Order: sequence, then structure tokens, then C-alpha cells
Amino acid sequence: MGYTLDFQPVIAGLPDLLKGCAGTLLLAFSGMILSLAIGIGGVAVRGSSVRTARWAVIAFVELIRNTPFLVQIYFVFFALPLVGIRLPPTPTAIIALGLNGGAYAIEIIRGGVQSIHRGQIEAGLALGLPRRDIFRFVVLRPALRAVYPSLTGQFIMLTLTTSIASAIAAYELTSVAKLIENESFRSFEVYGTITLLYLLMSWGIMQAFGLVGRRYFDYPVK
Amino acid sequence: MSQASSSEALITMSGVDKWYGDFHALKGVDLEVRRGEKIVLCGPSGSGKSTLIRCINHLETIQKGRIVVDGIALDDSARVVDAVRREVGMVFQSFNLFPHMTVLENCTLAPMRVRKVSPADAKATARKYLEKVRIGEQANKYPAQLSGGQQQRVAIARALCMEPKAMLFDEPTSALDPEMVKEVLDTMIGLAREGMTMVCVTHEMGFARQVADRVVFMADGEILEAAEPETFFKNPQNPRARTFLGEILAHH
Repeated sequence: MGYTLDFQPVIAGLPDLLKGCAGTLLLAFSGMILSLAIGIGGVAVRGSSVRTARWAVIAFVELIRNTPFLVQIYFVFFALPLVGIRLPPTPTAIIALGLNGGAYAIEIIRGGVQSIHRGQIEAGLALGLPRRDIFRFVVLRPALRAVYPSLTGQFIMLTLTTSIASAIAAYELTSVAKLIENESFRSFEVYGTITLLYLLMSWGIMQAFGLVGRRYFDYPVK
Repeated sequence: MSQASSSEALITMSGVDKWYGDFHALKGVDLEVRRGEKIVLCGPSGSGKSTLIRCINHLETIQKGRIVVDGIALDDSARVVDAVRREVGMVFQSFNLFPHMTVLENCTLAPMRVRKVSPADAKATARKYLEKVRIGEQANKYPAQLSGGQQQRVAIARALCMEPKAMLFDEPTSALDPEMVKEVLDTMIGLAREGMTMVCVTHEMGFARQVADRVVFMADGEILEAAEPETFFKNPQNPRARTFLGEILAHH
């Protein structure tokens, strides 16, 4: 019994699928910005002299890295209302993606910071710069440069992880695809198509990161 | 300040002890550096020379003794440490320029952040000192685009931009190719002639002869001898100093 391909439902749903792509990109970019902020802030706090703050960061990283994202997103979705914060699925998904990506970003950026030669920090200290200025002006950019490929990989991962946000019906590509599939039963066609769309988005983001990296980290090193 | 400011102590170390774990790195060090004085610290490797000058700006902490810089008694509080570091410039063996900043940005960062100087003033000061170390035309280059000697001169200019009262040099020519040593030493000689207070850890005995008011010899964490260069080089008193000079001058 042969399977006849029928792309009609996919073609009819293409405008919705493209809007789904926009939703995915919104989740991805918002998640990335939040991740980067958490990553940089987390590394700064982890290097601070306040012991409890350092431990809080370590605990956060361990919690996130050792639990499934699906559970995390459900947790944020159902826990926030308990403390009186009611958010629609999309902002909820962004927060969950940001927290998750942030934990990984902390570990990646921390590696970059550790790769910075001690002499750089000493030069900053000898000039009388306060520690936070040394982190911000002396350490951060070379550290990010050192881990930029890993960070790019992590953010591609984050982009693909947005599909899990369909579990709380956030507006993104996989949710849209599920709707079309539910109405048409054209599972193979629908998921084949969005596979291609995810591939294109990942590729585009990779190019964008390459471009940003070449601009922001374009200084000569020996 | 009193009228006798040229002879008063700018840096005073008294009874300074430092340990790294069980290793006794500095043993009861007493050293006084007067305003405008140039001191060359020498001695075999591992003798504690670098450790000594790194204690002056608190890159190393001491366990015993007292260090006073420009009237400020060093302790471990950030406020005091920052106050001392503002007044004491340091030049490192490995330059330690910030690779992601241009030469000019390297020179303006600390004055703007620490002294709260306006960007325009910071740039003007930076250009002045970059001219002084004869590297003004490289202001918009990145460190990696410069030779070692040029980088070290930028590092000197960067420290000078904070208008420090004293300069510490930690083996400033040891990482340089031989042909670049002279340009850095010439810059340091120029600085010495202008009356900068300087403490230099170096093996450049020619430099010591030319500019040092005193040569201080260290071994095993102790100051064993301190004398004017002529006296020190012609007639070292301490046997270890004699051995050291014999070894180092044999190559010159």
C-alpha cells in the first residue's frame, strides 16, 4: 500500500508556517539576549567575593543543566502563576529559554574568562581599575571572542529548542505545524517541510553570528 | 609638602615578610625610596625582586611589616589599595597591553574610569605621552600590530597617563628581542632624567650604571647590599653579590 504525497495542506498553510517561523525567531532572539545577559551577569557574580551569591549561581547552573527543558518550561508555566505572575505562553517560553540558555552560557563564558591571561587582570589592577571595570572593559570582550564558536553553537541549539515551547502552545513553528497536521493528517509532508525551515533558520542564524563576530571581534591578535 | 620634598621617602617598606605557603619569599625587607630616586633591584632569579615590587602596589599581599606609599599605609582594604595604585604605575615583562583596544584606547581607559578625566582630556594626555615614548603615529593600531619594543613603550605611556608619582618596572626588557632593548631603555632613561621616581627590576647593568641612584642586591628574599652603582659594581661587599656580578658581567 503506497503512500501518496500530498503537499496541498502544506501549501495552503504556508503563510501560517512562515508566521510560525517569525514566532520561532522571536523566541530564539529574545531567548538569546536573555541568555547572554544571564551568562555575562552570572559569570560576573560567580567571580565576586560574595560567597552566597557565588553558590547561588553554581546551584542555578547545576539545576538547569541536570533537568529536562520540557520540565523547566512546564515549571515556569505553572509556577509563575503561583507567585501571582500570569504571562501568556510566548513570554513564558522566552523566560524559560533564557534561563536554560543562560545556564549553559555561564559555563561557556566562564571558560572564556578563565582563558584570559592573568597579566591582563594585573595590568588592570596596576592601573587602579576597580574589579568590575576590569571584568567589563579588559576581560569580557577577549573572553567572548575566545568562546564565540561555542556560544554560537549553544544559540543554534537554543533556536532548535524553541520547538519544545509548543508544549505550552507558545506561538512558534512547531505549534503551527501541529495544527496543520491535526487538520490534514499529512504528518510526513508537514514535518518534512518544517525540518527544512528549521535548517534554513539555523543556517541563517549561523551566518548572522559569523557577521556579528567578524565586526565585534575584529581586532588583530598574534 | 615640605620644601625638602626631594629627599623625603615616597615609598617605605619596613620589616616586610612574605610567604608563599612554606616558602619564605621576602625576609624582613627594609627599603626606602626617596622622591625622584631611581633604584635598580638586581639579584639571581627567585631572589624575590619581582615579589618585592609587586608588594608595593599590592599585586602581592604581605604577611608582616609595613608599606607606606606617598603617606598612605597599605592595608588590604580596596579603598587604600586603589588609592596607592592610582599613584604608582607599573610596567610588566610581558607588556600586558589590552589586545582588543587600540594603543590610544589602552592609554585612555584608566584615566577616564579611575581619574574620571573627560574623553577629550584623556586623549590629549595619551597623545602627549605617546609622543614622549616616540610612538605617537601608532595611536590607532592594535597591540598585535606593533613590535615588542613598541608595545613596551606603549605600556610605559599607558602607565604615565595616570600621572603616577612613581613607576615600577618588572624586568621590562627581558621579553624583548635584543635589538629592541635599547629603545625601551632609552625611554626609561628619558623618564629618569625628568625626575620620575623609579624602582626597576632589571639585569641591564649598563642602565643601572647610567641612571640608578642606588643598586639594591637581593638573594633568597633578603636585601644583601645597597649602594651607589659605582661602589656596587667596582667593589661589591657581599660575596653573593660578587658572584652574581661575576656571572652577569662575564656576558657583557
